[in-house]
Amino acid sequence: MTDDDKFLIKIDGADYEASPGELIIEACDKAGVHVPRFCYHPRMKPVGMCRMCLVEVSGPRGMSLQPSCYMPVQPDMEIVTESDKVKKAQDGVLEFLLINHPLDCPVCDKGGECPLQDQTLTYGPGESRFVEAKRHWAKPIALSELILLDRERCIQCARCTRFAEEVAGDPMIDFMARGDSTEVNIFDDNKFTSYFSGNTVQICPVGALTATPYRFASRPWDLEQAESTCVGCATGCRMVIQSSQDKLIRYLGIDSDPVNQSWLCDKGRFGYLANYAESRVVTPQVDHQEVSWKVAVDHVARAIKEALATTGPESIGIIGGSRLPNEDAYAWSKLARSVFGTNNVDAQLGDGLDPEVIVGLPKATIDETCASPLVVLVGPDIKEESPILFLRLKGAIDRGTTRVLEISPNPTSMTKYSAMSLFHRPGEAHLVVNSLVTPGPTKAGSGAGLPVGGVELADIDRARALIEDSPGVVFVLGRASMADSAQIVTQCASKVRENLPGARFLTVVRRANTHGALDCGLSPNLLPGRMTIDDARGYYEGHWGQVAQGPGMSTGEMLARAAAGSMAVLILLGADPVSDFPSRSLAKKALESGALVVSVTSHLDESAKLAGVILPTTTFGEKGGTTTNFEGRVSSLSRKVTGPGQAFDDWTVAVLLAKELGGDLGFSSQQDISEEMERVVPLYSNLKPHIWTSLAQSDGVVIPLYGDRVVPRWFDPIATPGIASLVHHPLRPGTGVDKESDPVRGESLPQVPARVEFSEVSRELSIPTLDAYSLRLMAPKVLYDRGVLTEPLSGVERPGSVLRVNHYDLDRIGAMSGDRVRVVSSAGAHEAQVEVDDSISKGTALVAFNVPRSEGQVLAGDLIGYGELVTDVRLEAL
Amino acid sequence: MGGFTPDNLVKAKEIIGLYPKARSALIPLCHLAQSQDGWLTPEAIVEIADLLDLAPAEVKGTASFYDMLHTEPVGRYLVGVCTNIACMLGGAYELLEHCEDRLGIRCGQTTKDGKFTLEETECMAGCDGPPCVTVNYRYFLGLDNQGIDQLVDDLEAGRLDNEIPPHGTVYRNSRNVGLTASPTQEPQAGGKSSQIAQPTPTKRGAK
Ligand code: SF4
Ligand code: SF4
Ligand code: FES
Ligand code: FES
Repeated sequence: MTDDDKFLIKIDGADYEASPGELIIEACDKAGVHVPRFCYHPRMKPVGMCRMCLVEVSGPRGMSLQPSCYMPVQPDMEIVTESDKVKKAQDGVLEFLLINHPLDCPVCDKGGECPLQDQTLTYGPGESRFVEAKRHWAKPIALSELILLDRERCIQCARCTRFAEEVAGDPMIDFMARGDSTEVNIFDDNKFTSYFSGNTVQICPVGALTATPYRFASRPWDLEQAESTCVGCATGCRMVIQSSQDKLIRYLGIDSDPVNQSWLCDKGRFGYLANYAESRVVTPQVDHQEVSWKVAVDHVARAIKEALATTGPESIGIIGGSRLPNEDAYAWSKLARSVFGTNNVDAQLGDGLDPEVIVGLPKATIDETCASPLVVLVGPDIKEESPILFLRLKGAIDRGTTRVLEISPNPTSMTKYSAMSLFHRPGEAHLVVNSLVTPGPTKAGSGAGLPVGGVELADIDRARALIEDSPGVVFVLGRASMADSAQIVTQCASKVRENLPGARFLTVVRRANTHGALDCGLSPNLLPGRMTIDDARGYYEGHWGQVAQGPGMSTGEMLARAAAGSMAVLILLGADPVSDFPSRSLAKKALESGALVVSVTSHLDESAKLAGVILPTTTFGEKGGTTTNFEGRVSSLSRKVTGPGQAFDDWTVAVLLAKELGGDLGFSSQQDISEEMERVVPLYSNLKPHIWTSLAQSDGVVIPLYGDRVVPRWFDPIATPGIASLVHHPLRPGTGVDKESDPVRGESLPQVPARVEFSEVSRELSIPTLDAYSLRLMAPKVLYDRGVLTEPLSGVERPGSVLRVNHYDLDRIGAMSGDRVRVVSSAGAHEAQVEVDDSISKGTALVAFNVPRSEGQVLAGDLIGYGELVTDVRLEAL
Repeated sequence: MGGFTPDNLVKAKEIIGLYPKARSALIPLCHLAQSQDGWLTPEAIVEIADLLDLAPAEVKGTASFYDMLHTEPVGRYLVGVCTNIACMLGGAYELLEHCEDRLGIRCGQTTKDGKFTLEETECMAGCDGPPCVTVNYRYFLGLDNQGIDQLVDDLEAGRLDNEIPPHGTVYRNSRNVGLTASPTQEPQAGGKSSQIAQPTPTKRGAK
């Protein structure tokens, strides 16, 4: 829209500019004139349900009362938000809404931050004329294990039902009945199991919807809050974390325009429960005996010294770090490379992507992805991997701004929204991508005739046409399955790079700060700032003194070497390879091989149980710093509460170890680290203190930082009552960060090495042909797995660890759904439970990765061998 | 699944085919399900949702909006007493009370034998002969207490089975709107006019 389209309107006598299509209420918000409202929500379509927003509007028949949330502005429109007529309407609407409202504010969780309370006080009639009995319902009813509903408090604004239908695409709740019997409810016992259910609680303008974990937990006026970034996955949703008496008590989504637009998934929203889980470790342990920090650190330092003296620095390895803040990751990277003298550091656990794919491809942000005319989704079910990216993309599809071409081994949550889905044989995505992007005659016409990766040529041709006709394309890349190798995704990327140089990429990985940890140098071949060891070793020696010669070993290589008995010390940095490394048997063997395993962790996970030393650390909400999401967006973390017991921040552990080993990282606070990063790492240059402060109040910045990126945001006070009643930023023009105008950094710095660019050339992967007796395994990640973050979230539905196969394949071995079978893979033979699922293609088997296993079930990780491109299994009836 | 019978499933698909958007067939399908089972069973709701690509909650939300769609079981005979203005003036409340006594249930309840459900209705457009009583939406106008007793006796004895189809029957003669005639009900001569029965014409109202 150009400025020419804009026109003038009058609000309460003053002139304002407005654009066509804008709603009156939006224009009033921009003008700073508050119109009371209940049903209107800036992130959903208006319904005009509650009538609270009535204002006087000029029209052909003079001034009349109109719902400002429903009516668009017109040129020269006159709007009056305060008049006797408006006041009378507001009185009437509130009196009406309160007819059946129980007014149980003293026992209502919303009391104190309730739009109904607040607006009744501000705009209400003061007294009601109704003496009739109010309606009564059983209270509360459980819409799910997480969401409770007190129906008599409901004012029928339809925010929750609209959210469920329009935003989440999970219309599991709806209005039932009519008139004064109207209620929000579920159908029968089909619970409201949406991954996004908690958002309805956040936007309910009254206390009708409450979340079980917060119910009666606190009063709003006892809460303190800080802005932070969710670390439930790598989307990095902005949220406020609220605490009372030094205890985390509630998280609410912030309306961060480029990221989560006020929504959170339930995993993130209730993530604080994990801070108080039983599995939390609070005291250092050596051989599972509680000891002091001094004893524990001495123990580790001795082992490292001995390793350095005997087996050498290559026998020391650090696995993990993608759950750490950037600063802590940087400290550990510096420790490994300059004090230990090893490059054996890997933030990923073999379940991610090639580091070059993550940091080296031309990037697209979430916004750019949603604005791209075509998005090609290669890999995971993004609703499981990155729920809010799913919401954003679904929203873009619904608005018609983008279309999705999905390339996946089996139907996903995106399938029903996709313009087209190609279901291929697991492990053969790169073949499909190759045939989509390589120029040449249409495939069906080329005479080859055979399907590619299991996809018919006619379908390939249709998908090619989609790509060819689209003026731009963004590829969203991720791992569809832990059972096939990350190399397949690398190959997809290289095929696209070769043939579609204009394409951009968004890489979706699971753990929150994977991107940041790689940026900070927790990768065998990358030093901080996305630079290879070869290129940047000299540069960092100039700053750090010494840097080990590279490259180091990846997690898989370290585990394999450990399993072979030649690693001396393995440090797990908030990592649980036994659960998360694709090949569980290798991870277990490695940790049981006799190397000293040091688990630097907040929770007693499966790997920590095998560790010789446990060093307890703080976790989300207990430590500050920054985190980087999969777009490369750096945003702030807040330390809202103190860590339990003797838990230390991860960076302090690095400093302690360095000291014990006679080194000095030069850090005595997290701020020291961020200052060094700004000074030394070109990628972080310009992230100066004043930006850090604004980061704490902003949507974060995508690095490397150029120009005007930090934009203050607007909170609609009624949209997210729990936040906005405490914080209110008026909308004002961006006060951005301008790189040019920042003082130029010291000229004395040596020549800055180039950042790594994805350069993998495409090559043939020899995917074994599937023999007639085998099934190809798929092991996708799911949102609610056995991870420490989700474990305390009781009541959510988790998939069991059952092997799902097409009935055709089950019939062939003469087994029935629910039977126990023997399943044999290169990693060994196991007993498993099978289930028929005809959405799974013939010749494949699916078992969700790392999900709770009950008696007789097999974990996906047990079936996956190390270093294989794909995993084929055989089933035998028992 | 146990929603529609195979025959009705065929019919349901035909109905869906009549509309440019499947969702538009929601209410007709609710009627179809109700004519099959006498009420909208949860199984039927789930099946309708599947057929129309909706969530069961959405189907129930719509169905529960309408008084004439029942999401809970009703008796063989659904007796409705209109208590809107004309009928109220014609003694509908007194009549309703008598119905409660006669049937031994409160308004909104179903007799133990599953034969009768009693409900209070809004205007049924029988205002010219108040009070207006309907049984499975067939009209009995101007009944007094004895009239009700007689009606209940007749219903119990099955004497009105020809007049009153099972609950849920929307029509006995299908109009041909691209569908074939309903095979489940016998076509009856006379059409709608035969459904207005006045077995015992009586004086108007009790007062
Ligand atoms: S439960 Fe809350 S959000 Fe839902 S309709 Fe009622 S008042 Fe609105
Ligand atoms: S999508 Fe990821 S970052 Fe966002 S709330 Fe959920 S877990 Fe947290
Ligand atoms: S009608 Fe406008 S806010 Fe509800
Ligand atoms: S008032 Fe009773 S039928 Fe119209």
